[in-house]
Amino acid sequence: MHGEFLFFIQIFSSGIAVGCLYALIALGFVLILKATGILNFAQGEIIMLSAYICYFLMTAFHFPFLLAALSTCILAGFLGIVMERVVFRPMLGEPIFAVVMVTIGLSILLRSVTGIIFGQDNLIFPTPFSKETVKVAGIVLSQTQIWIIISIVALIILFFIFFKYSRLGLAMRGTADDQQVAWLMGISVKRIFALILGVSFITAAIAGIFLANLVMINLSLSMIAISAFPAIILGGLESIPGAIIGGLVIGVVENLAGGYLDQMIGGGVKDVTPFVVLFLMLMFKPYGLFGKEEIERV
Amino acid sequence: MACLITLPIWSDPFIVYLIILSCIATIAALGLNILTGLTGQISLGHAAFFAIGAYCTAIASHRFDMPFWICLPASAFLSAFIGLLLGLPCLRLKGLYLAMATMSFGVVVEYVVITWDKVTYGVRGISVPTLSLFGYPLDSNNKIYYFLLAVVVVMVIGGTNLVRTRVGRAFVAIRDKDVAAEAIGIELTKYKVMAFTISSLYAGLAGGLYAYVMNYIHPEHFTFLLSIQYLAMIIVGGLGTILGSIIGAVFIVITPEIIKSLTQVLALLIPGMANKYNEEWNVAAFGLLIILFLMFEPKGLFGIWSRIKMCFKNWPFTY
Repeated sequence: MHGEFLFFIQIFSSGIAVGCLYALIALGFVLILKATGILNFAQGEIIMLSAYICYFLMTAFHFPFLLAALSTCILAGFLGIVMERVVFRPMLGEPIFAVVMVTIGLSILLRSVTGIIFGQDNLIFPTPFSKETVKVAGIVLSQTQIWIIISIVALIILFFIFFKYSRLGLAMRGTADDQQVAWLMGISVKRIFALILGVSFITAAIAGIFLANLVMINLSLSMIAISAFPAIILGGLESIPGAIIGGLVIGVVENLAGGYLDQMIGGGVKDVTPFVVLFLMLMFKPYGLFGKEEIERV
Repeated sequence: MACLITLPIWSDPFIVYLIILSCIATIAALGLNILTGLTGQISLGHAAFFAIGAYCTAIASHRFDMPFWICLPASAFLSAFIGLLLGLPCLRLKGLYLAMATMSFGVVVEYVVITWDKVTYGVRGISVPTLSLFGYPLDSNNKIYYFLLAVVVVMVIGGTNLVRTRVGRAFVAIRDKDVAAEAIGIELTKYKVMAFTISSLYAGLAGGLYAYVMNYIHPEHFTFLLSIQYLAMIIVGGLGTILGSIIGAVFIVITPEIIKSLTQVLALLIPGMANKYNEEWNVAAFGLLIILFLMFEPKGLFGIWSRIKMCFKNWPFTY
């Protein structure tokens, strides 16, 4: 009995670690969604690309980890600003179908270009975290996982402070709320969009760097962003705390399903669980736990 | 039309093969265009219905040795039935939510195909016996070509008729403003579910034909990328138009070959390019195509074609 409970807590804790990662990815999605109303399908590719760039900086130029991570984040932010100018701004008035397809096209393009530049093999990231595990009250967690939990919690608190108290954060929230009014009040909406995209890409970069520490670097890293969709829906499409909570829930549920159902059904349950959850959520509660219900006016 | 019928006589076997692939793609793209272009329901899970059709045909003909006139309609109807089942819960979803729901459906079907290997043989794939029309085996590409041409013509005529009838107009009304459509008496439930069913019927039929043409199917043929490819076909071709689906399907099937030939031509001009050709370039170009078409030509190739026609009609005036 004690063994069973321990098994449960163990899976739960690994779930929290992965959940923090999902929460960060979901945060990136919701930032863009709140501000521009666009669901950026290419976010997964940014995550993957940052993992590759960090790896490249560390192996080809021998940057120390922190410097490589920082440079990757700056590059990602810069890419966000460029992407806003080149891809998102021309598509601002278009129907949502067109914009979603453009981001999908972008994701395909980025993925294949990364494959062309870096090759198709798995790469092993030179992780700075040691491989030994830490035993906390009977639960075994690797150092990487603990660092993930600590850093992401710190990041979320930082984001919270930034959005609530800084001028720029306030401007972003205002723009996300109502573009027209923000523009009338003198906020440069174009610049805020670019900055929001930059910030969102930075969160994707951080998620990518952590992911590189957890698993092998591969082109399929981009799929993790699609697994984070249920997190966004769970939390409601436009709510940042909802996205974070959604991410944690999805991480835990995914791990629990994998731990318990893998023996019954055969492998791979972990990968399909988020989508089953997504489908069920969309059937019964499409606006999630914290979302605003969209009232359509004719 | 005449040149299409006589094609195998005067052209390369490779071109015949390409046109066979385009025919299958056209049928599937037609289905998707009815759902997404005409009725406005974004579906990112079309490959799932294609897969259901393909596997139904494969299992029926490989394991149970059923003849084609049971397998193909069975694929179409099974796919249509599952489309109906999917359409029902998706009734109140719109836009982004519908896209995500259909995408997750696609992923779940992919997972089931790989894991339920007692029925689908999982990653081992299923080899499908050659299609034989009432005892007349279609074992050469040319014979398959004529058969497929006939099927495509039937499906295209069906599609065109659909667009012109009451049902087609109801679909367009739902796409334009479904609240208003309901207000004038179009039962949303009936027509939305009908759109899903018809679209999956087309996809299932295309999948069954694909199984017969390829003689071997494998879960890797039916990924999310395939759904995106079909969406690209109808976007590039022209949303909501029958001719657009055909043009788009042919274009997307032919583009990888054009790129291959282009790189070979460039290899002659620029030394050192010869070995650089990579399968990935196709995919990159494909993504780029989607982006460019959506940014600059939202009506797709059909839009360009309409403009050309208009230009001819109105010459020498511009409007």
